This record gives sequence, C-alpha cells and structure tokens, in this order.
Amino acid sequence: MRIHEYQAKALLRAWSVPVPAGEVVDTPAAARAAAERLGGRVVVKAQVHAGGRGKAGGIRLADDPAAAERAAAALLGMQLRTPQTPPAGVRVRRVLVEEAAPVVRELYLGVTLDRARATPVVMASEAGGMEIEEVAAARPEAIHREWLHPALGLAEFQARRLAFALGLRGATLAPGVALIRHLVALYLAKDCTLAEVNPLVVTAAGELRALDAKLVFDDNALFRHPDIAALRDVEEEDPLDVEASRYGLNYVKLTGDVGCMVNGAGLAMATMDLIKLAGGEPANFLDVGGGASPEQIEHAFRILASDPAVKAVFINVFGGILRCDRLAEGVIAAVRKLGLQLPVVVRMEGTNVELGKRMLAESGLPLVTADDMDEGARRAVALARGAAA
Amino acid sequence: MSILVDRRTRVVVQGITGREGAFHAARCREYGTTVVGGVTPGKGGTVHDGFPVWDTVAEAVAQAGANCALIFVPPAAAADAIMEAAAAGVPLIVCITEGIPVADMVRARHFLAATGSRLIGPNCPGVITPGQAKVGIMPGHIHRPGPVGVVSRSGTLTYEVVGQLTRRGIGQSTCVGIGGDPVIGTSFVDVLRLFEEDPETEAIMLIGEIGGTAEEEAAEFIAAHVRKPVVAFVCGQTAPPGRRMGHAGAIIAGGRGTAAEKMRALEAAGATLVRNPADMGATVAKVLGR
Repeated sequence: MRIHEYQAKALLRAWSVPVPAGEVVDTPAAARAAAERLGGRVVVKAQVHAGGRGKAGGIRLADDPAAAERAAAALLGMQLRTPQTPPAGVRVRRVLVEEAAPVVRELYLGVTLDRARATPVVMASEAGGMEIEEVAAARPEAIHREWLHPALGLAEFQARRLAFALGLRGATLAPGVALIRHLVALYLAKDCTLAEVNPLVVTAAGELRALDAKLVFDDNALFRHPDIAALRDVEEEDPLDVEASRYGLNYVKLTGDVGCMVNGAGLAMATMDLIKLAGGEPANFLDVGGGASPEQIEHAFRILASDPAVKAVFINVFGGILRCDRLAEGVIAAVRKLGLQLPVVVRMEGTNVELGKRMLAESGLPLVTADDMDEGARRAVALARGAAA
Repeated sequence: MSILVDRRTRVVVQGITGREGAFHAARCREYGTTVVGGVTPGKGGTVHDGFPVWDTVAEAVAQAGANCALIFVPPAAAADAIMEAAAAGVPLIVCITEGIPVADMVRARHFLAATGSRLIGPNCPGVITPGQAKVGIMPGHIHRPGPVGVVSRSGTLTYEVVGQLTRRGIGQSTCVGIGGDPVIGTSFVDVLRLFEEDPETEAIMLIGEIGGTAEEEAAEFIAAHVRKPVVAFVCGQTAPPGRRMGHAGAIIAGGRGTAAEKMRALEAAGATLVRNPADMGATVAKVLGR
C-alpha cells in the first residue's frame, strides 16, 4: 500500500527522522496562511501517489504567502499527468506547503527487500535526486549497500559505513548515523516494503532533512497496523480496483478491450499474454482465486463488464478446487442478472468440465465455448474487433 | 524415483481443523498419500474426520513418524508454524498459506537455515509425485506418472501444463510449485538440481513469471549444470510495470523483473523457450522426441 508524501513525512517525524516544517492544506487561502506561519520562501507540492511530480509541474516555489496562494490555486483541482499516472492524470486534492531551505548537497537513502538474499537492504548514494534505478544502471559503484541481519537488524557499524559512503563527516556524522538507524527502525516497525528518502539533503546550515519521502507497506501485514491501514486513500486508486478488492478479487485495470477472468495469478498473466499473441489487448488482469464461489464469479463478471472499454470477455479457467460446474453457475447467473450484451467466450478445463459445458450449452445464452485457451483467446479477440468495427 | 515426496512420505497437516486444512487433508488421503494426522494447538487428543489431532508437531513426529508437514495455518501464524515444524525436525515443509507478511518470512528463512529442513512455498500449490503422493491442493486426477519434472511459481498455470502433457500421454516425475511470494523457501535452482540428479526425470518444464531474479538465477544454473532438456515459459509479457499481478512477488519494480529479460536469460542458457502458453505440452513432447 502506498501513502502520500505528507503522511510519510509525519511518520518520519514520529521516528525522529528530520523533515522540513510544513502543513498539508486543501484550499489556496489555507496555503497562504500556512506560508505566513512558516515564514520566508516555501515550496508548494501536489499530493498524489504517483512519482515524477517535479517535471510535470506539480511542485512550485513561492517567495511569499501571496505566491503560495497562487501556486496552490493552480495546483488544486488540476489533473496532474506524470509518466506514472494513467493517461488522463490524477486530480490534485491536497498540497503540502513546506519551508524551502537552501540546499548544499542532495543524497539518496532507501531501505527495501533484497529478494535474492531474503533480507532487507539499505542503499545509500551521493547521487541524490535521481531515480535510484537510473543510478544503478549507469554507475552501480555509486551505490553503497548494507544488508540487515534477518534477526538482529542493522548494526551501528553498518549505519556508520553508510554515513561515510554519503560523505557525512564532522558535525553531520552522528546525526547521519542516527537518521539511518531511525529510518530502518521505521521500516521494520511498520512492515514497509520500501522506505525511501530521495533526496536527503544537507542544508546550508549543515543540517540533514528528508526533502522527499516515499513509504510503501506490505499489504499482507496491514492487519497488524490499523494506524497505517487508515492512511489508505482510495481516491488515488482506480474505482474498479477498489470495488474488486472489496470482494477479495485481484483485479488490475489495463488499457485494452478484451476483458478476462481467470483463476490463479499465473494463468491470468498467461491469458493476457495469449490475448496479445492473438493480436488483441487485455482490458484487465483478474484472478478470481482458487476457490471462488458463484457469488464471487458474479461480482467479478459485473466489475469486468462495467469497464466501458471492454468489447468482449474471455473466461479461462482450469478447474481444480474451483469446479467447472460452479463456474458455469456463476457465469450463467451473472449474464442473466446483468442482461449482458457483450460477447463471452468460455474455455474451461479440469474438474467437472463436462457438466460445466453442458450447463453453459443448455442455458440458452449466447456463450461461445472454446476447447483450448489459444482458440478461446483468438475468438475473443476476433469478437472484440467485430464489436469495435 | 522422483523428488521430494514418494510412497514413504508421511504427512502431518498443520491447521487440520480449519476449512482448507480439513478439505485438503481428505483429498490428499483419497489420492493415496499417507496422512498421519494433523496439528491444531489446543485441540490435541481429538479426532477430526478420522485424523488424529495433536497439539504440537513434535508429538506427530514422535508418535506417528511424520516426515513432511503440510501447512494451512492462517497468514498471521503461518511463519511460526513453519518454524515449529523445522524445530521438530521435519525434513520437508510445504506451506500453502497465501498472504504471509514478508518480514515474517525473512525471519522464518533465517530460522530454517540453522536446521536441516527444506521449505516449499509459501503461497504455492504444493508438491505431487503422480501415483505416489500428493502433498498440496492440486487436482490429483490430471496427473500421470512419467518422465517430465515440472517446476513453477504459479498454481493453475502448472495444472494447465500438466493437463497439456497428460492429454498427450506424457506423464510427470514430480511437480513442484515453489510459490508466488517474494521470499520463498526453495528456489528454481534448488529444484533444478534435484531434477538433474533424479534418474526418472528426462526433461524439465520451468514456468516463471515477472518480478525478482529467480529465473535469471535458474538460467545461470542451467547453463552451468543442467544436461537434461529444459523447456521454459515466463508469464506476464503484457504486465504493466509497478503493478502487482495477483502474486505478492509478481511485480516489475524499477524496470527490473520483466518477462522479456527473463526469457532472454533462459534462452541464452540453452532452454527451449515457449512463447505461447498453449504450446507448452507440444514443446515438451518435441524435446522428448515424441
């Protein structure tokens, strides 16, 4: 789960990681008042989950409270488009007004999981302000890594090595070591999968500040962090994704026109690939899971069909625990209830397949059945094209 | 021969009184697997669906000679169940549970490293040696004994390839679902090594997916150590970056972990690549000369 920058900074502050003074507001007048309280130059930052805000015009400097009000007026309500947002962009509903301190150096500090080593890794680089992936590709030697001990965490000497790698010496060494240890403590305490400060800056006054921060949390651990779960902002997610999550369905909206419904994540990805190979584009990823009930199938079908881009539906199920007759029951109920006009191609295999096929055939509904998934994908793509023409 | 499970496997089901645990314990028994009983702390001494229930895994080992643990414990307690099985000296632990916090698995992996136990999963369908033992949730009836070793990060996609193979009259030596989570107990490399050493396995079908670098590590191992033919498919060629595709581990992060780079690595290592998942069975038949 992702959260906003202002929420991440509140958590950092609570974990003794220094962040610039600032306030989150949702009106231009409140932005002006915040700027007056902060005094001097401020930066006004659009609060959306997507990265790449700076280049997209979502971050603006303001020399005085009047300029802060104008910047907030321009940002609030705008559709911010960055490489990480959907093509239409996302609406800015809040801005963060922060003091703008003169910066001497920009650094990178991040904690994430190293999957291959099965333990978290802390990464530090003097190339701050850039995407760490770009640094890793261009100058891998510019990144210093320290791996946490799975049970003991990060040792003091490792935090020192990271601080030295960041060029923190003299008066900034001790605060730097403390900051690194505090960020790791937050990562562990709240079950993060990413805790990134980029850039971490050294101000003209010689102080360290987390100028931007990104925290991502392990969805599987949210049950033990109600405080974090409460930070979820469903406005930042696709409404269909949110709807699907209510019924325990794994749904990701994509940009094509062939809707697909599959059991199992791997088969669902393979089905998207098949649609592409057949010359089409998948409209979504949808995994109904291994033991979906007819009701879940019905919800899945409704969500899938409510995407106006969908021109045809391909159902691809290998029945194991999910029996083909139960799938057929759910599909028939959904098509009847929704009065669905879309062409539907069903391919099923596995447990009770003959019964399921007979139920579909005897339903009297215009469902197309396919014997293998390749044929099913080709027919669904052809039907979507026919509908589009 | 086969790998990991066979007729000598004696399974204890952790979480046997839960809905999933009870259902699948019975399915495994129907298949012919020796299921000695189950563990649910606090329900020791009772009998559930004909299975004796113990409070601890250690009791199941001492009293019934359990040598394999099959775990259906809910996510919040599953990592602890894994550690309990390892502490009881169970050599093979198969964890089906989906949704275990990553941090719990980091600790469980560290705990396991100090024991002699092997963990399969979590978030996996389990392991089956057709005709001998089914330790997991896969539909047993689609499998046939035969020469193909199957290893996969996905569940239903594994059933799909097994279905394609069986329809062609090609059986499987053992099928292993290693799981779709970011931190798992047994890697592609571990299973490839076992298949390479197994005299019954003549060819290997590997099914990968986006996210992480497990397929790249498999490719390195194949190039250096695997003499048997390997057929590989990687799903998620059309998956968008930055979005988790069902499995916690299936995500293209920072431009890394794409299907294209994994396919390139596997092909360069000498694996026969399948681009269309409907062709997996046919491709295996071809490399077997059938």
